[in-house]
Formats: sequence, C-alpha cells, structure tokens
Amino acid sequence: MNPQLLQLICFYVFGFITVVAALSVITLKNTVHAVLSLVLTFFSTACLWMLADAEFLALALIVVYVGAVMVLFLFVVMMLDIDQEKIREGFVKFLPVGLIVAVAMLAEMLGLIGVKAMHAQVMGPDPAAAAGVSNTAWLGQALYTQYLLPFEVAALILTVGVVAAVALTLRQRAGVRHESANEQVRVNPRDRIRIVKMDAVRPAQPTPVPPQEPSS
Amino acid sequence: MITLSHYIVLGAILFCIAVAGLFINRKNVIVLLMSIELMLLAVNTNFVAFSRFLGDVSGQVFVFFILTVAAAEAAIGLAILVLLFRNRSTINISDIDSMKG
Repeated sequence: MNPQLLQLICFYVFGFITVVAALSVITLKNTVHAVLSLVLTFFSTACLWMLADAEFLALALIVVYVGAVMVLFLFVVMMLDIDQEKIREGFVKFLPVGLIVAVAMLAEMLGLIGVKAMHAQVMGPDPAAAAGVSNTAWLGQALYTQYLLPFEVAALILTVGVVAAVALTLRQRAGVRHESANEQVRVNPRDRIRIVKMDAVRPAQPTPVPPQEPSS
Repeated sequence: MITLSHYIVLGAILFCIAVAGLFINRKNVIVLLMSIELMLLAVNTNFVAFSRFLGDVSGQVFVFFILTVAAAEAAIGLAILVLLFRNRSTINISDIDSMKG
C-alpha cells in the first residue's frame, strides 16, 4: 500500500478517536470516566504528533500528562466526595448555549482555514531528517542554545509550582502531638534539669501520735 | 497525504469541544480544569503542525514550554480544589460565591 495513503488513514483513525474521546470528556456523567477518556484523548493525540514527526513531544506528552497530570487528576477525583447528581444540574440548561457557541466558533475557524486549502499545503520533508539528526537532537540543540534562558525559567516555574502546591495543601492541625526534630537537636541539658546546691537538712522527726483512747 | 489543514482543522474541533465543555459543565470544577487541558492540547497540536510545515524548531520548543506551564497550572489548580473542598466541603461552583463575582 502507498505509505502516504496509510499515513492518511492512520491520521483519520487517530483523529476520530481523539474527537470522540474529547466529546466523552465533556459529556460523561461519571468524573472518573471523564478523566479516563481524557487519557485516551492525550494518547491518540500523541499518536497524531508522532505522525507529524514530533517523536520527543509525543513521548513527553504520554510521560508527563498520562503518567503524572492525569494520575493527579484521578487522585483528586477519587479523594473528593462528589455528589454526582447535584453537579450535573445545569447540564441541560447550558447545553444549547454551549452548542451554539462551539458550532459558531468552529464554523468561523473552518471558514478561516478554508476547506479549499485542504489539498494545497502538503507537508514538506521532515526538517530534522533533512538536518541529519533525530527529532530529539534537533529539539535539544535549539533548547540548550537558542532557548537556554526560557528553559531555565521553565524549570523555575515548575519549582514555584511544587512549592505553591505543597504550601497550599500543608495543614497544621491543632491538638496533635508530634515530635519536632529541630527542637530535639537543639535541646540543652540545663533546660531539662536544674541542680540546686543546698545544705543537708534532716527533717524534724514527726512525733508519733498516741493512739486514741476508746471513749467509754 | 497529510496536509497542514488536517492538523489545523483537528485543532479547531478540539478547541471548540473544550469551549462547549466549559459552557455545559458549569458546576463541575474538575471537568472545567480538564476542558482547559483540552484547549491547551488543541493549541499544542497547531504548534506541532506548523513546526513540521515550516521546518522551524521554535514551534516544538513552545509546545515544550506550554506543557511545563500546563503541568504547573494543573498541580496548583488541584491543590486549590483540595483546599476548597477541605474548607467548604463542596466543589459546586454555585456554592462558592463568597466573592460575589
């Protein structure tokens, strides 16, 4: 079979799965199912990116999103006790507005793109292969030379994100006894025990009380 | 033969699905966050397609940065959600109106 035709068929299959999974993300009743179909959306989009010769980003999408962010979503969804019925209240009410806005936007975008351009802009040869390197090397060379400063800023943003997430959810409970290693290390013997010099004094011998005479 | 328009049309469809999701899931904060993730995915698809079409590496570098920022945003958003649930025992949007916005 013609490899380009095969690629096109693969594109349509993955694109169809992506769109169906994205639709089920916004319509499914159960939030856990919605998260799982978002995972499917990300996975099939990663396949589409791979068809566009962006191998590194496709794998990064699977590792970062499916592996980390979606698991985080699943954790939160399962941890929170969500009232499924109450949360669906406005679904039918807002459905017409959402549909109208989405369809109008899609029509505008498609008009802008121009369906006639469908057969004009054929993808050229793979730029990374043309440069004689793999996609990862191609991306890495730009990332570590031309975009080094933004790369460091991205690392800083991630650090700030981690610190912010921990600082937001950290909670100091009142009334819970737990040991503080900081104070344990800093402890001084003189704070715990105080030796007082004093003369030896024998306490006065208490006089024994004579037994009471039974009253007659 | 895959053309540039295939990818752009797919990105547009994904983006519009995400916008519709923002409208029809007004009560569920988690689905709202997921719709935002879908929007970012649509934008990233466009970036990847244009990077491939123009033979320019900048598009893929931008996708890399968008992924970074989206991951940080999801982490902080979910942290706020957990905090909200702990303080108010609900994540229903209509109950969270103390700022009267």
